[in-house]
Amino acid sequence: MKVVVVGAGPAGIRAVEQLVRAGVFPTWIEEGPDGGGRITQRPPAEFSRSHAALYGADAGRAKRLHAALDSLKARVDWRPDTLVWNIRPDARVLHTLTNGAAQDEVSYDAVILCTGAMDRVLPLPGWTLPGATTLGGAQTALKSQGVGIGANPVLIGTGPLLWLTALQYAKAGAKPAAVLDTTDLLTKARFGGGMLWNIPTLLRGMGLYASLKLRGVKMYEDVTPLAIEGVDKVTAVHWRDAAWKEHVTPCDAVALGWGLKPEAQLADLAGVPFDYDDTQQNWVPRKDAAGRSPVAGVYLAGDGAGIGGVDVAELGGARAALALLADAKLPSDMALSKHLDGRLRTERRFRAALERAFPYPARLASRMEDSTSVCRCEVITAGELRAAAAAEAPELNRAKAFSRVGMGRCQGRLCGTPAAAVLARALAVEVPEVGRLRGQPPVKPVPLQQVG
Amino acid sequence: MTAIRLVDQDRPALIFTVDGVEVPAKQGDTLLTAMLTAGLGHVRTSEFGDGGRAGFCWMGACQDCWVVVVGKGVRRACTTLVETGIEVIRR
Repeated sequence: MKVVVVGAGPAGIRAVEQLVRAGVFPTWIEEGPDGGGRITQRPPAEFSRSHAALYGADAGRAKRLHAALDSLKARVDWRPDTLVWNIRPDARVLHTLTNGAAQDEVSYDAVILCTGAMDRVLPLPGWTLPGATTLGGAQTALKSQGVGIGANPVLIGTGPLLWLTALQYAKAGAKPAAVLDTTDLLTKARFGGGMLWNIPTLLRGMGLYASLKLRGVKMYEDVTPLAIEGVDKVTAVHWRDAAWKEHVTPCDAVALGWGLKPEAQLADLAGVPFDYDDTQQNWVPRKDAAGRSPVAGVYLAGDGAGIGGVDVAELGGARAALALLADAKLPSDMALSKHLDGRLRTERRFRAALERAFPYPARLASRMEDSTSVCRCEVITAGELRAAAAAEAPELNRAKAFSRVGMGRCQGRLCGTPAAAVLARALAVEVPEVGRLRGQPPVKPVPLQQVG
Repeated sequence: MTAIRLVDQDRPALIFTVDGVEVPAKQGDTLLTAMLTAGLGHVRTSEFGDGGRAGFCWMGACQDCWVVVVGKGVRRACTTLVETGIEVIRR
């Protein structure tokens, strides 16, 4: 039986581990030069920081994952630097591109997609200026390159990553100018109780917050970001506090991030149906509790299958592999499957509380000014999108055809969420009713001569 | 945008070129890191007339840091490691 695992983050690593344990040696495809995922991303070989310095509280996890990754790579058909840019579920074939040049087709009987996630953003005036990045980008810069996006960045968004990034910057010697959280304290307090389902993670979050306060980093709740200012680079952030007072905070960079959204383009091309998850405020590919999609031979795990965080990714990766083995009538560890199911149920409760405590500010997105670029790829404004709505675009794909929002080089990765909020308000319907941008191959741009 | 070298910067130096001008870098830098820490400010110019761009996601998703590497074609600066002597062209 030919099995392919796409992605070598926590979910992919734990999936391959279970497959190899059962005597199934998959083809393992990773877009980057090495595995590890985002939370436990490895810097290039030339860097020398210790696990403790790189990953802090996740150092133990990183060590375990990297050890598993390295021992597994040697035992399977490991293909790094390889982008899967299309999947043909009828033929059960993946189209791949290695090192941006070498084209290949990889057939499969079963595939586990562990494609990860990216930041969810709220477009602001000035968000295309050099100096503005995603929150995950700011963190990646520091973790994998040892650089800061600036010496005095403002961090805007909501969620644990906002605090974690701010603290990592402060520890590395940068001085965050401000941390602006769009969620009010009441919402956080209201849903914080549900996070008792994962007490260590909850305590860690509270610890992050306390450490930032101790370091004197200026933190504000219930903030409305108004604009990123500057001419050819970021020089300030204009924002409004909870008491409706406006501020201009000078800075040399801005990081933006409101939780994550699945990188689920391959699941989409595989024909997996998507459902709107109200708690997560994301469209997520359909799967059962073990990771089986409704499409034969296609399994899903990790944040690409719906945002769950690193614990869920590890558990879900292993669980999907066990489901695949059971479906193929191969020996699989039933006791472990049951244990994982229980852990995953508990984590889902924690995650639901976390998502409610740090919501995407759809209200702010839906009310963005007409002149704000909702699409940064092609500089298309919210006003142009609203004009498309007025011209009878009842859903996002029609609006895309009218306005080109979602048609640019990122293929709707960044504008998809805010554009849905803008369109829904313009049409006076709920966000799920405007649908989602359908995926198109290639999932990322590939050289023209490579598409055959 | 000027990225700041903060930690883990004790790595061998190298030289590459951007638009024909020599730029210092360190082994293990991505093109994005090397160009933004060297003070180039941006890595490409928007086709839509709204000025320079300096990437956004730093993880290969947004495609906003495309540069031309001579002999290789269009590459994402955030996922391409710098090498001695390579020639980068900003568009």
